[in-house]
Amino acid sequence: MTRLEARGITLGYGTGTIVRDLSLRVPDGQVTVIIGPNACGKSTLLRALARLLPPATGAVTLDGKAIARRPTREVARILGLLPQTPLAPEGITVADLVARGRAPHQGAFRQWSNADAAAVGAALEATGTTALAEMRVEELSGGQRQRVWIAMALAQETPLLLLDEPTTFLDLRHQIEVLALVRRLNKDLGRTIVMVLHDIGLACRYADHLVAMKEGRIVAEGAPEEVVTPAIIREVFGLEVRVIADPETGTPLVIPRRTP
Amino acid sequence: MTDAARLVWRRGSWSLRLHRRSLAAGLGLALLLVGLMAASLALGDQPLGPMEVWRGLWGDGGSAFVVRTLRAPRLLTGAFAGACLGLSGALLQSLARNPLASPDLLGFTQGAGLGAVATIVLLGAGDAHVAAGAIGGGLLAAALVGLLSWRDGLRIWRVMLVGIGLGFTLWAGIDVLMTRTDLFTATAATQWLTGSLNARLWNHAAISGAGLALLMPLALALGRPLASLEMGEDMAAALGVRVQRVRLFGIVLAILLAAVAVAACGPVGFVALVAGPIGRRLAGPAGPSLGAAALTGASLLVGADLAARVALAPTQLPAGIFTALIGAPYLLWLLAAQIRKGAL
Repeated sequence: MTRLEARGITLGYGTGTIVRDLSLRVPDGQVTVIIGPNACGKSTLLRALARLLPPATGAVTLDGKAIARRPTREVARILGLLPQTPLAPEGITVADLVARGRAPHQGAFRQWSNADAAAVGAALEATGTTALAEMRVEELSGGQRQRVWIAMALAQETPLLLLDEPTTFLDLRHQIEVLALVRRLNKDLGRTIVMVLHDIGLACRYADHLVAMKEGRIVAEGAPEEVVTPAIIREVFGLEVRVIADPETGTPLVIPRRTP
Repeated sequence: MTDAARLVWRRGSWSLRLHRRSLAAGLGLALLLVGLMAASLALGDQPLGPMEVWRGLWGDGGSAFVVRTLRAPRLLTGAFAGACLGLSGALLQSLARNPLASPDLLGFTQGAGLGAVATIVLLGAGDAHVAAGAIGGGLLAAALVGLLSWRDGLRIWRVMLVGIGLGFTLWAGIDVLMTRTDLFTATAATQWLTGSLNARLWNHAAISGAGLALLMPLALALGRPLASLEMGEDMAAALGVRVQRVRLFGIVLAILLAAVAVAACGPVGFVALVAGPIGRRLAGPAGPSLGAAALTGASLLVGADLAARVALAPTQLPAGIFTALIGAPYLLWLLAAQIRKGAL
């Protein structure tokens, strides 16, 4: 089953084409991770899946209907996105920021239902940020801040959640923390996740479905074991590597070869 | 969530949520405005006691003319126009995510100036025509700015840069007209360009009040999508905000609000720039605090006009001089603060 699907989409900004004739079915209830070298169109694809960038040709469909033709608020109750660099309003508290995730469920005279309060409480709980609720976002560490942003996306209560490089600028411990959280959202709360990641080893650990992109097209997709092979890594990243089993999880781990 | 900082009212499926701090700021500002309005009715060339003001408002006593014909309409015009300016500035500052944004940077104010001066100098026209000329000139300038800066929709900083460029051109046009006319007309034009509440009548109050009543609900309805938009376009779109539409609607509303204010009292400077950030600081940081900006703008303009009438009595200074006296140093402080923060 797949709710979110790209059918032959071509994407670009202005005159430049970044993604050409790409098709992708996002498997429901799984964690899909997109990897690829810089400027391969990963984030562009993610923006198109979140209907922030209309395709020049082809279509992104949600439940079989073109996403561009569905009402924005309706889509926002099904599909959430956490951009790479969201801006926290100056001085905003964690509780207020997470509450902003409820916007697609609210209106001018429906500002705070019981469901809103419950969703925000649950999102803070799930991300371990309940104790931070009344702190200002700018007082938090990078890892805490990222968890708060994820809490906001979580409060939106969308079955599908897209994350654009949620671990950038985080140190290793916080990267693991965030990815473990994402895993839990998928396993415990049943959310379908699509995220862009840089680190191939971490991608293999946390992905059910791995998509490798190069120059705007998909080179390979499938289980991490099928995608991460020396041949495919050479084609995608232009790098000679050995692939070994991660001693901790058994998932593929990429070791770059020594250059003479 | 049980919560000390926020108040929630529920009735059926309706619910309202407000920060205690926003509520306190709103009430405080409203009180300040009422106080300034009462002082404006009492103070002036002919100071009146509270009882005289009261009788003047409702009775036929000797103070009725001063209170009801001279002071009340002027006061209401100032309050309505100030609220319009406050809203206009707050809308633009929220869209630009920068406290330096204001309608003075959209080319609108300068267009209104050129329109008004052209009507005064070329047609020798009276009040109503000057206001019409100002609004026409302002809207034309704003439309031109919109046209020149349009590419895949409007981007607020593109709009502002084009607006600043066009503004200089329009000021040159104003200067040309000023040098081609006689001293008396030039003085009248200059007075108009400073922005003043002198000799405002009930029709001014009615027009600015109607404009505010029409536009303010629309502006307040934009508060929620604007709050989302302050977190970035992608974030807002992901939260279900139609970004292009909100941006266009916000800019158009800001221009119309500025137009109402200019028609009522000329291009009073700095109120739009100052009111938004003060309102936001008082009402709490979350969201564009449009209501607080409107109350702050109204208080500022009423206060400035009161100061302008009383400071050098019996000389009646234009209120625009006093808003500039408060606003210009604020602008300098703001620029310095932004440079310190590394934002500029």
